[in-house]
Amino acid sequence: MALKYDLQEVEVWDGNYAASHALRQAQVDVVAAYPITPSTPVVENYGQFVADGYVDGEFVMVESEHAAMSGCVGAAAAGGRVATATSSQGFALMVEVLYQASGMRLPIVLNLVNRALASPLNVRGDHSDMYLGRDAGWIMLDAFNAQEAYDMNLCAFRVGEHMDIRLPVMVNQDGFITSHTAQNVRPLSDEDAYKFVGEYVPVEEMLDFSRPVTYGAQTEEDWHFEHKARQHKALIDARPVIENVFAEFEKVSGRKYNRVESYLTNDAEVIIVALGTTVESARVAAQYLRDNEGIKAGVVAPRVIRPFPFDAIRTALENCKAIGAMDRSAPGGALGMLFNEVSAAVYTISSRPLVTNYIYGLGGRDLTMEQIKDIFRDLKKNVDAGYITTKIQQFIGLRGPKLEFFETRRS
Amino acid sequence: MSIGNVLGNDKRGRIELGAEKKVGWDEVTHGVVLHSFEDDATDVSSRKAEDRNYAQFSSYVATVASWRVIKPVYNRDICIDCQNCWIYCPDTSIISRDKQMLGIDYDHCKGCGVCVEVCPTNPKSLLMFAEAHNPEDALASWPEKKKKEEK
Repeated sequence: MALKYDLQEVEVWDGNYAASHALRQAQVDVVAAYPITPSTPVVENYGQFVADGYVDGEFVMVESEHAAMSGCVGAAAAGGRVATATSSQGFALMVEVLYQASGMRLPIVLNLVNRALASPLNVRGDHSDMYLGRDAGWIMLDAFNAQEAYDMNLCAFRVGEHMDIRLPVMVNQDGFITSHTAQNVRPLSDEDAYKFVGEYVPVEEMLDFSRPVTYGAQTEEDWHFEHKARQHKALIDARPVIENVFAEFEKVSGRKYNRVESYLTNDAEVIIVALGTTVESARVAAQYLRDNEGIKAGVVAPRVIRPFPFDAIRTALENCKAIGAMDRSAPGGALGMLFNEVSAAVYTISSRPLVTNYIYGLGGRDLTMEQIKDIFRDLKKNVDAGYITTKIQQFIGLRGPKLEFFETRRS
Repeated sequence: MSIGNVLGNDKRGRIELGAEKKVGWDEVTHGVVLHSFEDDATDVSSRKAEDRNYAQFSSYVATVASWRVIKPVYNRDICIDCQNCWIYCPDTSIISRDKQMLGIDYDHCKGCGVCVEVCPTNPKSLLMFAEAHNPEDALASWPEKKKKEEK
């Protein structure tokens, strides 16, 4: 029997420690992990909880992140509740197995503490690893601060393990800015948290010797398409389940989450769409511009990156006139992911807001409040002109000549 | 016991790989998980293969040897039932009951030749022939016993 951990009403935790406590409270059966900055403390703290008797589970030390996720797949297929954490290069090494996990419909929870991808080698935060995983068939949640890193972990188990879903879930948080910054976090008690997450119910578990099963079968052109289609449907159908879990979570925590988080958007003319800690900075900037410059600014942020909230983000943006989609990942010869996906969503509504793309913060480059305000001012200029007055893609916070691409064709 | 008794009620290789009923995306199994048996398999290890209720997606009931290009041919007249081939076969394609070698499961054998390699008799009781080679011709042309080389 695991020991109870005494918690204060308000704890001072960083995002990593918050995630560790959520994993502890969920009483994970197996954590197979390999350390990498900045996610290391998630599993380091968890290992301490195991050693100190606060968890009835196994901590498996492995030789790589590929092995870590492989261990998670094996333990989940065997019939256990499973979780791990990684970042950046480790995540890149895991990618092959991420697709195995989702294809086998194993509800593993992965804490992805976002960090840049080499080369050049860099340990700081950006969203390159998050973007790398977006086609892996996982549910992807995004936490903007330490409290949310805790909350999203508890929700992740409920969502992934839901009998209609059975898919692995990533919980993203910004490397260092969230993961290593101590903030006030209000945890649930151990009893309330475990009650919310619930007892793990295995499906098609390999340790049921009365019904031996094969995991990881081979299919070719005769079966593969059907299996991937069914998996995609489960992911798309996760939308109402996620909403229900968020509603249940509000009942026990008082904190309300949505698939798309909207801030000051009711009458907003100009809206920034962003992820991670940038969301909170943009909210401060939006309030400032409303108070000081009369710009009706708002902020929209996908809490759920996959399944992409195509419907909810369209609703959140349908009354605005200009959108700045902020991507914190090197776009690799294209427009940024948020720009592309947000544009696709708003292309299907008649208001057709003007959408521009801002690439920022790569490799941990700071984003300043003034830069965010300038984006809102850009967007306001676009609204007043009735067309996009800037280039469509701009790099901000970058030294050297202005780097920007593409413009609206107006004739 | 004869080969006929064992194979008579055996479902081994009864379907071609890919001959299962093709269902739509809404009916495929969750997570591509495949069940090996149709019913409770708690005591399955105490039952012989021909007495097990294999599910349609168990490769046991499918022919999965179509890519074999050479095959082992078994000569009963020489075999001493040592079971070496049965132990070493990587695809459980040597059919044996009560420690008596009965033949080769050509629905699963991939033609690797390990059984021939480990056969201790002189001449060997198993030899590899081209897939199209007639087994009766193969047996008729079986090599003679080799004399020990003079030391």
